[in-house]
Amino acid sequence: MLDFINALPGAISQGLVWGVMAIGVYITYKLLDIADLTVDGSFCTGGAIFVVLFSSGVNIWLAMLAAVALGMLAGMVTGLLHTFCGIPAILAGILTQLGLWSVNLAIMSMKANVSINVTSKESLDRLLVSLRFVQDVAKGNRPFWQHPIFVVGLFTAVIILLLYWFFGTELGCSLRATGSNANMARAQGINTDFTKVLGLMISNGLVALSGALLAQYQSYADINMGRGAIVIGLAAVIIGEVIFGKFFRNFGLCLLAVSVGAILYYIVIQAVLSMGLNSNYLKLLSATVVGLFLAVPYWRGKYVHVKVKPAHTEATAGGARNA
Amino acid sequence: MLEIKEIFKTFNAGTVNEKQALRGVNLTLNEGDFCTVIGGNGAGKSTMLNAVAGVWTVDAGTISIGGTDVTRLPEYRRAAFIGRVFQDPMMGTAPTMQIVENLALAARRGQSRGLGWGITKAEKEQYQQMLQNLDLGLESRLTSKVGLLSGGQRQALTLLMASLKKPKLLLLDEHTAALDPKTAAKVLELSDRIVAENHLTTMMVTHNMKDAIAHGNRLIMLYDGRIVIDVSGEEKKKLTVPQLLELFGKVSGSDEADDKLLLS
Repeated sequence: MLDFINALPGAISQGLVWGVMAIGVYITYKLLDIADLTVDGSFCTGGAIFVVLFSSGVNIWLAMLAAVALGMLAGMVTGLLHTFCGIPAILAGILTQLGLWSVNLAIMSMKANVSINVTSKESLDRLLVSLRFVQDVAKGNRPFWQHPIFVVGLFTAVIILLLYWFFGTELGCSLRATGSNANMARAQGINTDFTKVLGLMISNGLVALSGALLAQYQSYADINMGRGAIVIGLAAVIIGEVIFGKFFRNFGLCLLAVSVGAILYYIVIQAVLSMGLNSNYLKLLSATVVGLFLAVPYWRGKYVHVKVKPAHTEATAGGARNA
Repeated sequence: MLEIKEIFKTFNAGTVNEKQALRGVNLTLNEGDFCTVIGGNGAGKSTMLNAVAGVWTVDAGTISIGGTDVTRLPEYRRAAFIGRVFQDPMMGTAPTMQIVENLALAARRGQSRGLGWGITKAEKEQYQQMLQNLDLGLESRLTSKVGLLSGGQRQALTLLMASLKKPKLLLLDEHTAALDPKTAAKVLELSDRIVAENHLTTMMVTHNMKDAIAHGNRLIMLYDGRIVIDVSGEEKKKLTVPQLLELFGKVSGSDEADDKLLLS
């Protein structure tokens, strides 16, 4: 139990980092209605390019920007495979993901992992977030605002604000309309091919940023770091929806719920690990949980029949008016 | 306003399912024309409307709207000229978006969409007024998701959306077919009102011969991918259902009892 409590700040930090990716997944899965499997590849792309650039002395912000740009490029490839080449979205994502495996290795000079040198205090001080800061802040060696929860929390807040603004603009609304009803969108003069590509780019940009943050946090990038990322993203989206869906109607709050969903996911994972589960079983656990959560709404619609009282208030009044 | 010249469309060409849906359709609508379109199943009514809307491109022929050749323009570019209401009430609106958001999307039909606000405060007030005029009780539900509305309410909203930014051409594709008779009558009445108020050039596909005669100033009938009957003006006003059926019998031959039944 003490282990678990000691591990909580780390789990929350990690959850926040993955939450950025989950927000990206939310954009494709919830807003565009596309299950985008590119993320398993683009997450690693973000981490790899960040570590390689940062280690060669590039400014940390530029390195993160490069991660976002490459992620967006990956999203664009999937988008064009889907819209321009007419390949079903899921398959387009799988193709990009597969191709990215080689690209990611190439970025890391054909090594399976690359790491950031964090042995000296100077190089550690150049980082924005690091696993080591969690302990440093706890011991009082660093100011509280360098705690990953604070830094990544700030990142998340800025991202949510930016997205909240963007999806309120004409362009953002056209993207939402595309996901809601592509037929209607086209009838309103929206180029749905363009909006789909744009949505996939924004999503994968965020996913790659999340990868860069995680690589920074754990001070290395690994060719397998994105494996199953889409499932974690979906888990976060679903957990957020199940817990907050009833109260959170506002779009910004929905994004916040996704981030909190990712944190909860990592807290649960931490709890399960503390109970002594072999960590190799985590992926099976994640897949089972997400599978169940996706199945429950379907089962509910199919097998559970909610008794509806004979409607005589608003429903009939409205019906009479429509009639 | 609308000029269709010799358009052809074949689906699944070269397969056993080959279907020549349009076989040389010619039609010119003048500004302000309200043309009703009838025909049996598979006659090519919806195909003709979709050809105009640009759902796919035609095999041959040209289509121009208001003097602009749109034959090669994709659907979303043609939307600048065309307002549409579909047969399926689900198709014309974005169900997960608010009523006012749907209206705001429609108000920007055919414009480039940038980073300005998707909906402004002034617009919201304007839409509230418009919904009040619609008299469907929607003015108090501005921020409700459209998915919660009934089929009739959605079709009425789609009609409003189609005319919000005055289109050069309004396409109504059996837009009352999925509604119960009472609601259908109300939506038809609203269509008449909106068309008249905005002097819209309109094409309305319908299965109902009475409706086809009662509405608009021109009536065409399609048969086997061609326009076989075209009446307008006084002649159309005097038209009756039996006359129409007789006309149809003449042009289609006597073995078309099935289609006759479908139409009556």
